[in-house]
Amino acid sequence: MADLWNDVLWPLIIIIAQILLIVLPLLLAVAYLTYAERKVIGAMQLRKGPNVVGPFGLLQPIADGAKLFLKETIIPTGADRPVFILAPMLTFILALIGWAVIPFDEGWVLSDINVGVLYLLAISGLGVYGIIMAGWASNSKYAFLGGLRSAAQMVSYEISMGLIIISVLLTAGTLNLSEIVQAQANGVWYALPHFPMFVLFVVSILAETNRAPFDLPEAEAELVGGYNVEYSAMTFALFFLGEYANMILMSAIAVVLFLGGWLPPLDMAPFTWVPGIIWFALKVCAILFVFLWARATFPRYRYDQLMRLGWKVFLPLSLAWVVLTAGVLVAFDALPQ
Amino acid sequence: MSFLDRTARSVLLSELVSGLGLTFKYMFKPKYTLNYPYEKGYLSPRFRGEHALRRYPNGEERCIACKLCEAICPAQAITIEAEERSDGSRRTTRYDIDMTKCIYCGFCEEACPVDAIVEGPNFEFATETREELLYDKDKLLANGDRWEPELARRLELDAPYR
Repeated sequence: MADLWNDVLWPLIIIIAQILLIVLPLLLAVAYLTYAERKVIGAMQLRKGPNVVGPFGLLQPIADGAKLFLKETIIPTGADRPVFILAPMLTFILALIGWAVIPFDEGWVLSDINVGVLYLLAISGLGVYGIIMAGWASNSKYAFLGGLRSAAQMVSYEISMGLIIISVLLTAGTLNLSEIVQAQANGVWYALPHFPMFVLFVVSILAETNRAPFDLPEAEAELVGGYNVEYSAMTFALFFLGEYANMILMSAIAVVLFLGGWLPPLDMAPFTWVPGIIWFALKVCAILFVFLWARATFPRYRYDQLMRLGWKVFLPLSLAWVVLTAGVLVAFDALPQ
Repeated sequence: MSFLDRTARSVLLSELVSGLGLTFKYMFKPKYTLNYPYEKGYLSPRFRGEHALRRYPNGEERCIACKLCEAICPAQAITIEAEERSDGSRRTTRYDIDMTKCIYCGFCEEACPVDAIVEGPNFEFATETREELLYDKDKLLANGDRWEPELARRLELDAPYR
């Protein structure tokens, strides 16, 4: 009995507590990311954004959430019921499980595995299934076109994203995300030596999360709402939460790979007083601001332009950078051991 | 040379960056938002809103039942019936405006020889039922009593241009 408690139950409780500790603040962050998005885009368009519900409109995401909870879930007659319900759940779950390997601070990581980067690539690669399943199961032309576009787009950009990550991995010499951050502690953040790749990575994650200016899967002007036209209430909310959770996840990956994770910008007194988790959150917020900023600034890409950018610009550039990085590291005998 | 110039611009994303700079600058500009129910925009004295029937300062209604407004109304929203009153003056017994038909052109106001029917500054008269928008004489006179100070001010402001 004592063995069962010590070996199984107690670790299980600890793990569940840790998961809740990650997921609950994350959901809160997602809610307030939608608020921040409306505020930032509003400000950039000379509007005020939500300011009625609560002080400065701070309760707006809560009100939106309550509204979506209380609405009726409509399942179209022609839809494939199980897949239709499964798709938003899949999107949401995949957006959450990626957080298992993200180090928030030194040692603050749920699962410190040595293939963290591969795990994240696998998770983001699976992300397309939720969307394509939704597009297929809706039994609607708009949703189907949205799903297909999304599949093509995510596959195209994942390749250059993988190559960009490879140049970081070559410099860090490890696939473990905590060790990648530690490797940046000794030298500089990888955003500096790999600056072009940092820019490419930020653009790629915009495409990977289906955000403007690459939000073709949901292009409201031509596809009405893309893969989520037929969704309502909680099923829609799960897509929505999943998309925003994915944005935060991708920003966190960018921070870990390029901006030194939890490390302070300078290893000096006033900066080192601030706990690492704060630095991590600040950097994630900065990347998220770029997401919103880009959405307020750029018009949507045409589909062929998107594909041209992915295959004819990003892929050769990132491939060339991998060769360059490898060449420089070998030439100066600077390969990490 | 122009090829180099163009390539350098596109590789350095100069246009994208300047676009981002513009939106960033706009983020700190004063906002144009009007907190509508709490703040309201400026209305011209000629603004054509909800109708009202005005009275003379002694309380006598202005309308003399000439039916010019009924005649000119392009939407045929006005219905007037008139009879001689006990003191011998010509007055309306019925003055209805169907606000669901009205196109707010202001012709009635222009046609009126005694400034009786006017379009006031009120535009917040939405109702929950259609019937409430079928205004009768009592409603229009009540509107006139309610808005009279404002109506008189607007007529005076616009008088030089009439």
